[in-house]
Amino acid sequence: MEKQIAMSNFLVALIPLLPLLSFLIIGLNYKKLNKTITGVLASGSVFISFILSVVAYFQVKAGATFEVNLFEWIATEKFVINFSFLIDPLSSLMLLVVTGVGFLIHVYSIGYMKHDEGFNRFFAYMNLFVFSMLILVLGSNYVMMFIGWEGVGLCSYLLIGFWFKNTEYNNAAKKAFIMNRIGDLGFLLGMFLLYVTFGSLDFKTVFSLAASYPVGSTIIVTATLLLFVGAIGKSAQIPLFTWLPDAMAGPTPVSALIHAATMVTAGVYMVARSQAIYVLAPLTMDVIAITGIVTALLAATIAIYQNDIKKVLAYSTVSQLGYMFVGLGVGAFTGAMFHLTTHAFFKALLFLGAGSVIHALSGEQDIRNMGGLRKALPVTFMVFLIATIAISGIPPFAGFFSKDEILVHAFAHNKIIWGLGFFTSLLTAFYMFRLLFLTFSNSFRGTAEQKHHLHESPKVMTIPLMILALLSVIGGFIGIPEVMGGHHALNQFLGRVFTAPAEELGLSHSMEWILIAITVIGAVLMIVFAWLRFGKKNLVPAGDEAARPALAKLFMHKWYFDEIYNTIIVKPLFWLSEFFHKIFDVKIIDGIVNGFGSLAVWAGGRLRYIQTGNIGFYLTAMVLAVVVILFFMLAI
Amino acid sequence: MDTVVEGLKLMPINNYIILSSLLFVIGLVGVLTKRNALVVFMSVELMLNAINLLFAAFSVYHNNSAGQVMVIFIMVVAAAEVAAGLAILVLTYRTNHSIDINLLNSLKH
Amino acid sequence: MEQYLFYGLSTIAVFSALMMVISKKPIHSLLYLLLCFFTLAGHYVLLNAQFLAIVHIIVYAGAIMVLFLFTVMLLNLNIKGEQSKPVVARIVAVVAGGLLLVALVGVLRGIDNNPTLMQPNNQVGMMKNISDLLFNEYVLPFEVASILFLTAMVGAVMLGKSESKVLNN
Repeated sequence: MEKQIAMSNFLVALIPLLPLLSFLIIGLNYKKLNKTITGVLASGSVFISFILSVVAYFQVKAGATFEVNLFEWIATEKFVINFSFLIDPLSSLMLLVVTGVGFLIHVYSIGYMKHDEGFNRFFAYMNLFVFSMLILVLGSNYVMMFIGWEGVGLCSYLLIGFWFKNTEYNNAAKKAFIMNRIGDLGFLLGMFLLYVTFGSLDFKTVFSLAASYPVGSTIIVTATLLLFVGAIGKSAQIPLFTWLPDAMAGPTPVSALIHAATMVTAGVYMVARSQAIYVLAPLTMDVIAITGIVTALLAATIAIYQNDIKKVLAYSTVSQLGYMFVGLGVGAFTGAMFHLTTHAFFKALLFLGAGSVIHALSGEQDIRNMGGLRKALPVTFMVFLIATIAISGIPPFAGFFSKDEILVHAFAHNKIIWGLGFFTSLLTAFYMFRLLFLTFSNSFRGTAEQKHHLHESPKVMTIPLMILALLSVIGGFIGIPEVMGGHHALNQFLGRVFTAPAEELGLSHSMEWILIAITVIGAVLMIVFAWLRFGKKNLVPAGDEAARPALAKLFMHKWYFDEIYNTIIVKPLFWLSEFFHKIFDVKIIDGIVNGFGSLAVWAGGRLRYIQTGNIGFYLTAMVLAVVVILFFMLAI
Repeated sequence: MDTVVEGLKLMPINNYIILSSLLFVIGLVGVLTKRNALVVFMSVELMLNAINLLFAAFSVYHNNSAGQVMVIFIMVVAAAEVAAGLAILVLTYRTNHSIDINLLNSLKH
Repeated sequence: MEQYLFYGLSTIAVFSALMMVISKKPIHSLLYLLLCFFTLAGHYVLLNAQFLAIVHIIVYAGAIMVLFLFTVMLLNLNIKGEQSKPVVARIVAVVAGGLLLVALVGVLRGIDNNPTLMQPNNQVGMMKNISDLLFNEYVLPFEVASILFLTAMVGAVMLGKSESKVLNN
């Protein structure tokens, strides 16, 4: 056993290092490698990491916890940061999600990016991303987590702006980066505060020290709130969510991997990881729950009126992330992680399916120009349908269980949050099926040429889709609630990490059944409604300029968030920059600098008259100076 | 000789200071007013000698021979300076056909 | 008696120095300077610094003055005569010199009692004492001075060479 653990330590280190190695190989030779080698190398490294993660998972399940200390990274008298990895149930689960879904998306990308010039560059970035995400997940202290946190932010920036020749895409990348910076500032400040308070940033030390603080102490509340600001930025919550829809500028597999399955859930992971301090801050928990539910509802309302297939999915992602935060906020940490996992499956599937559609239509993303793709893309249609059902919360698909768990906890915690969450799930069912019907049913609305080129995607793309579809179907079974006679395997698995006493639900089984029934019936009704509108009647959303009721206009324009930010923040900033540029920089700074220059020139112009070159004059001047000095010294 | 030394006992050191100051300033004025480089040189020699006199006077006053050793060194430097300086003067005269220092204003350029 | 000697020598010294500056012709200046040097040699004798007096005569009156004289003759400067500087420059120079004199003499202002030279058995100027110091304590500067001399000599020879050779080198 001893030997096995020791070997595993090395293997644990390999999990993040393999993608890094692959990134280095591809990144350094991206001009030379051919596409097959790159694809195999990139996917293969992630696959081996996945295998290792599975091995680690079984050992963790058997009760092991790995803490691998690679080396002492920063060592001062008072400040010690180890470059160390931690695998406990929580990070083990994340490992599986990141490497598993990551691997499938890598394979899919081989087909999707086949004709792209930047093929090798793409896979280098993707591997770097996987590496950073693994560091984030595996880090055993906040600094390690922060490295990963920044690394994924960088990769996100690089991949959103992957087609860097398009200014709009670059702007989207910059927007994502800047908005993340705002969040990261909060994360950093939170880290500083934790360090000042506890003298360490190691998870174990911080959590054990924090246990002695009273519930609701100001320092803990402040620190958790600051960390949550980081989560807001990374996980696209209100008010920093506007970057995520714009991030759809990147290639679709990027949207699937980074902006749906993994990176955006880093905030959820971070809060779940810091559960020990978050449970000590009820105020922060309330803030999280409220932020989550408002985000979920807001994003869902916006998604109803979006016509870009990826934008719908993006807002849906924001909405589902909101759900996860609701779960965290009401104390359902397991539920949040559960939803994170299932969401990774079906949202990655949705994005990849959308990618398949876009691929078939040679880049068309407007669902008003789609329709009737069911026959042309049968596999894509099937997996898309499965994913849509899963996200809508129809049993026994994955999304049902996780969403149900969050909603039940929300009901026990606060009825209003539950009500809003329920309403959001109705909206979710509606907009997802709206998307499905508009894309796949009835007849094709695009151009004749597009119709001619319609084709199912190659196997390399459809097989990952099918695997994800399978996971979307059965993924929920890891957390069958007790009321249905299950054991909630995930709950038991994560129980070791979430040591804080779980909130007593205080709900009778019949009450739970009623809640489930209400949710499911509501979702089915919304599906029928969507079918009536977009399936049977074949209504197509009007153009962007068409007259609409005020509320619809509000949703359509994303609650005018971008406009509000533009007016409140961007424009004043521009104005200020303009002021500093035109007035402060040009007039004052340059004025001072140029003033010194002119002064020197002017003084030189005057003084050159005494540079006669006449020795006699110089000597006289010298003597007079000596005399002055002598008199001065005499005077003293 | 002894009478000379006896007589010096009455001679105030200030007299020597004033005398050498006078010679020094006269030499300085010569340096400043003369245009002939040769005379400027002579004035510099005069200034050096004023200093020599002061050294010698103080050497006697402090009953210390080191001052006179210093005088010898100054003479050495002065001799070396004159040798090099006059050589330069000759060279200057060859090129300019003048040793007027007002013409030696190439520092200006 | 010695005091009169001092004042007399001093008067001649200052007078000849002044004349050196005032004279128009370089050759006159040179001769006045020579006179001045001789009076200074007299002062050295008065100070019982015999060795210094002899060396002074040999080096200044003998070597340096002859060098000056040769130069004056060689360059034949007397024909051109002395052009003088502008009056303003001369006034400024004299004022500056005068101020310096005031400053230097002003230093003596604060001294209440006017100490005299009072060494009954003054032997500091004797050759024995000087050479004792020169070859013991000051032997290193002494050797360095010899190198300086050598350098000056080589330099003078180099500079004095005919123009074409200098250019070629």
